Amino acid sequence: MSDLSRRQMFLRISMLFNGLVGALLAIPVVRYLLSPVTGGRGAADNRWVSLGAVDRFPSGQTRLAAYRNPIANLSDGETAEIPCWVRNIDGNNFQVFAINCAHLGCPVRWFPQSRLFMCPCHGGAYYEDGSRASGPPERGLFQYPFKVLDGKLQIQAGELPTPGPSAANRELINIRRQSPCA
Amino acid sequence: MRLIRTAATWLDDRLQLGAPIRDTMEHPIPRDTASWFYVFGSAAMTVFAFQLVTGILLALVYVPSGAEAWNSLQILNHQISLGWFIRALHGWGSNFMLAIVLIHMVQVFLFGAYKFPRELTWILGIFLLLMTLGMAFTGQVLRFDQDAYWGLGIGASICSRVPIVGPVLVKLMLGGPIIAGATLSRFFALHVFVIPGLLITFIGLHLLLVLKLGINEWPMPGRLVRRSDYRQKYHALTHTDGVPFVPYGVWKDAVFSGLILLTIAACALYFGPFGPSGQPDPRVIQTAPRPDYFFLWLYALLSLLPPQLETPILLIGPVIALIVLLALPFVSGEGEKSWRRRPIAVLTILLVAVSLGTFTNMAEHTPWSPVMDASTSASIPSKLLSGRTPLQIQGALVFQEKQCHNCHALGGIGGQRGPDLDAVAVRLTGDQLVRQVLQGGGNMPAYGKNLNPAETTALVAFLQTLHPAAAAQAKDASQAPVAQP
Repeated sequence: MSDLSRRQMFLRISMLFNGLVGALLAIPVVRYLLSPVTGGRGAADNRWVSLGAVDRFPSGQTRLAAYRNPIANLSDGETAEIPCWVRNIDGNNFQVFAINCAHLGCPVRWFPQSRLFMCPCHGGAYYEDGSRASGPPERGLFQYPFKVLDGKLQIQAGELPTPGPSAANRELINIRRQSPCA
Repeated sequence: MRLIRTAATWLDDRLQLGAPIRDTMEHPIPRDTASWFYVFGSAAMTVFAFQLVTGILLALVYVPSGAEAWNSLQILNHQISLGWFIRALHGWGSNFMLAIVLIHMVQVFLFGAYKFPRELTWILGIFLLLMTLGMAFTGQVLRFDQDAYWGLGIGASICSRVPIVGPVLVKLMLGGPIIAGATLSRFFALHVFVIPGLLITFIGLHLLLVLKLGINEWPMPGRLVRRSDYRQKYHALTHTDGVPFVPYGVWKDAVFSGLILLTIAACALYFGPFGPSGQPDPRVIQTAPRPDYFFLWLYALLSLLPPQLETPILLIGPVIALIVLLALPFVSGEGEKSWRRRPIAVLTILLVAVSLGTFTNMAEHTPWSPVMDASTSASIPSKLLSGRTPLQIQGALVFQEKQCHNCHALGGIGGQRGPDLDAVAVRLTGDQLVRQVLQGGGNMPAYGKNLNPAETTALVAFLQTLHPAAAAQAKDASQAPVAQP
């Protein structure tokens, strides 16, 4: 074995060694980077939060409500105060809509006279029951699962609703699980 | 004086940088490239350096926390002396950098500079363009106002549409389940560390390639690029008829860069800083979020694409555009360089420029968006109301009250989401108007549940008066009286 190839072998070993060290260090780095997805402590993002007493939402009307996001940090400031639209259909049945347009997430506004939600960004419009009326959205407004507990309206929230296919599916499953009489 | 020279000699003896710097400065360039058309690359780099300096100055005060960023911008704008000016310089510098990068790209495209052997220079340039766009977007987020907040929502909504990994991408982008402090922190890291670091590296490589391969010669119609002999010809061009970069080429670069910096300062002084607009409080929903100037075309495109095509175009379009740009120097690496003999190249630039310009212009007027306050603030021209019956006047009230005005203009006032109704009675009969109002259709919501019969009758009575005096009302042919001979 010549001296040169011996040196080359050392070079390869040293590179392999550094590659291994790098790979080893990459594991915690990747896990750290993925923590927004894996959830850090494995907590589910959606939790029940209260929107206040039920009688704040008169029958037959749609009102703006807000809740502090169940997962929030000090550095979030006002961004953790999430608004939503509460529709009291007939005194017993509710619909709670996300503020975000199902097109690209802009804040929709309720117009009681024309009984429409309209989006200021790209012109999406929805009927009072949240179904799509016109414009670019491909679906109706996002809805939160809700329940009335001790005279308070509670919704299951915590995640920014987005129009991606899987988010919509998950929400549908949630709604189905939620009996309308609950 | 002698002391300085001694010190310089000592430094050069240790560093040994004098000779390579001199070689670089005096490297020969083709005589006709010492031109005012060749100043954009260096100007882009100068503005980038300017952005680094003003960015560091801002970072001395800016607080990258979701709870405090907006307030720290208020402090910069109002409390720190000339803080507003530094913000304005950085904001205008960003606009100028993007504009100059785009002009530079158009110039090298039209001058055929991407052809052999400068393919890699072009490819690095594409990445530099993407990073510059990335800086513009992340910088807009750091302003952390209403526009930034809802702009992030738009970004998240687009990410979520990627098949399979969409929801994961959204969380990675936001740094959590919602747009919040963690989102700002990661955009701060991108804007201040990651992308600038990449930019510096890529600019270095881009510049190295310009030095190694030589600046693109002035394209002459009929002087074709061939892989077999290009390098010899270029060598002859630089070494028989070439001139040293310093001082022949550099002074125009320097003058133009100086002028650009002066223009940035003038804009900053005159127009002031960009925003911030309202606080990033999602509960404040009386807002119409808009992106910064260079993303307005995208904003318009998102409104105008048919819903079913939107997701595929959003996801596949950029990939195709990137592939086309990256493949360009390999597909057309040889041949004619001069734009005078490349009509398709010129037409492509014109087409892209006209499209982007049109979209940008539309985004400044947003005709697709209802005018949210038209029902309360827009008036109905009096000539459409005078001499009308009480029922028709009642219909005008319904028109206003039910917010028809938000989407339909009368006399040029009101929304443009739907057609303007100045002559609607010429197009539709009474029955057709009733049907359109109650059932909706096209892009119009149905108002059947929302109007009682009396309101509908009044509204349609008013709409039927909307026709020019000279034009007859639309008639239902099936109910027309048969003409007697």
